Amino acid sequence: MSKQTKGNKLTVFPYGPQHPVLPEPIQLKFVVDEEKIVDVLPNIGYVHRGIERAIELNDYRRNIYICERICGICNFMHGMAYTETIEKLTDTVVPVRASYLRTIWAELARLQSHMLWLGLFAESIGFESLFMQIWKIREIVLDLNERTGGHRIHLSTNRIGGVGKDMDANLISTYFKQLDKLQKNYDPIANLFHKDAAFKEKTQNIGILPKKIANHLGAVGPVIRGSGIPQDMRTTGYEAYGELDFKPITYDSEDVYARALVRVDETYQSMEIMRQALKQMPDGPILNKNEKFPEGTAIVRVEQPRGECFYYGIGNGTIHLERCKIRTPTMPNIPPLLHMLVGYEVADINPIVHSIDPCISCTERITYVNKEDA
Amino acid sequence: MPKLLGTIIRNLFSKPATVNYPFEASPLVEGTRGSISFNMDRCDQCQDCERVCPSAAIKVYPDDKKIEWDQFKCIYCHLCVETCMHKAITALDHVQSPDYKKSVTVFES
Repeated sequence: MSKQTKGNKLTVFPYGPQHPVLPEPIQLKFVVDEEKIVDVLPNIGYVHRGIERAIELNDYRRNIYICERICGICNFMHGMAYTETIEKLTDTVVPVRASYLRTIWAELARLQSHMLWLGLFAESIGFESLFMQIWKIREIVLDLNERTGGHRIHLSTNRIGGVGKDMDANLISTYFKQLDKLQKNYDPIANLFHKDAAFKEKTQNIGILPKKIANHLGAVGPVIRGSGIPQDMRTTGYEAYGELDFKPITYDSEDVYARALVRVDETYQSMEIMRQALKQMPDGPILNKNEKFPEGTAIVRVEQPRGECFYYGIGNGTIHLERCKIRTPTMPNIPPLLHMLVGYEVADINPIVHSIDPCISCTERITYVNKEDA
Repeated sequence: MPKLLGTIIRNLFSKPATVNYPFEASPLVEGTRGSISFNMDRCDQCQDCERVCPSAAIKVYPDDKKIEWDQFKCIYCHLCVETCMHKAITALDHVQSPDYKKSVTVFES
């Protein structure tokens, strides 16, 4: 397909929904002038699963498990956000120990997600040995997940009013040991991201998203932090984050490299937060049951590895929720992505698309219908 | 270059990081939520497990004193293990092995 404008021959080519670099189906139609990208048109809707409808039809207690399956990587945080929504609707007070345990598991999820991303990103720029090294180290995190939660990925430890599993002193000491081992193995790799010339060459000064535009288009997570804006939902102090000491990590170079470095530094931050939480965690109950049924409206915002996740629930006093609206972080990151791509070359598409960490299955909450076509 | 040489020698003589899976069993991690088993002598057919199961993998037939468990529907959340009043459901530490045909496991007293 090609069209003629202003004397230059513009070509339109599709990227996705099936593409070796893309882990999930999104289609981007690129309008290119020779090698230069002139315009991008996104097309989503390949894996719409109707989860919000399923949540309305199901018993609100069982929905935790549906919400955990919105996204495989952020499963714990989806479960946590959903239980927080229900806890707000039923005025349940979560025990302090339970909120600390949730914080620890959430940081563990962030750690494994960032490591997964760093590996995939290294692969997308052709650095396959780095991809394998990072994924090898990631196994330590997954083993910790399995040991403390029960499964490598799907923890399913969230309950309405707390958590379903506790950690004993033995497990906590294992945790510290494994975190030290992880950091020792991870240090040379993190160093590589900061120093490697080939990595810098392929990521610096491409996919620039200026601070003003990032703010205007509503980017979230590492994308906006890579543009120098310290926006992090954890600073709002949900769960135990209010009692822990940390600062959002930002980089000012606004390019793909900055977004990668934000994630590298956030892995260290996660380890530090976990250490703090494990030291400060008080003894006590882990579950607080409440007989009330959800009534009213509630909004919950949590920081997922990819950015802010938004939950809005309406309860009507029955076992079914009237409505549950979920906005996952990839959705607000698509408009900034389109801005980032324009003006760069076809060879830069892979690192730029990967830099927002697209998770399309979680994004497909809405269907877009073009009135003219339909 | 000397640093690189050290890495090369180490990699030549070290064991692979992966497990040769179908021929070797992958190592068991303590605390894994695995398969479940019903002890029918303790079960009083109260159907609590069927009620809490998020994926509707358990079916209880109180008249026949029979329980059907679908290992392919089960998400291994162990909510039934926590719920069971009489501790009739045992949590095992290994997962069910893959199968050629989809089938349900029947527990009868």
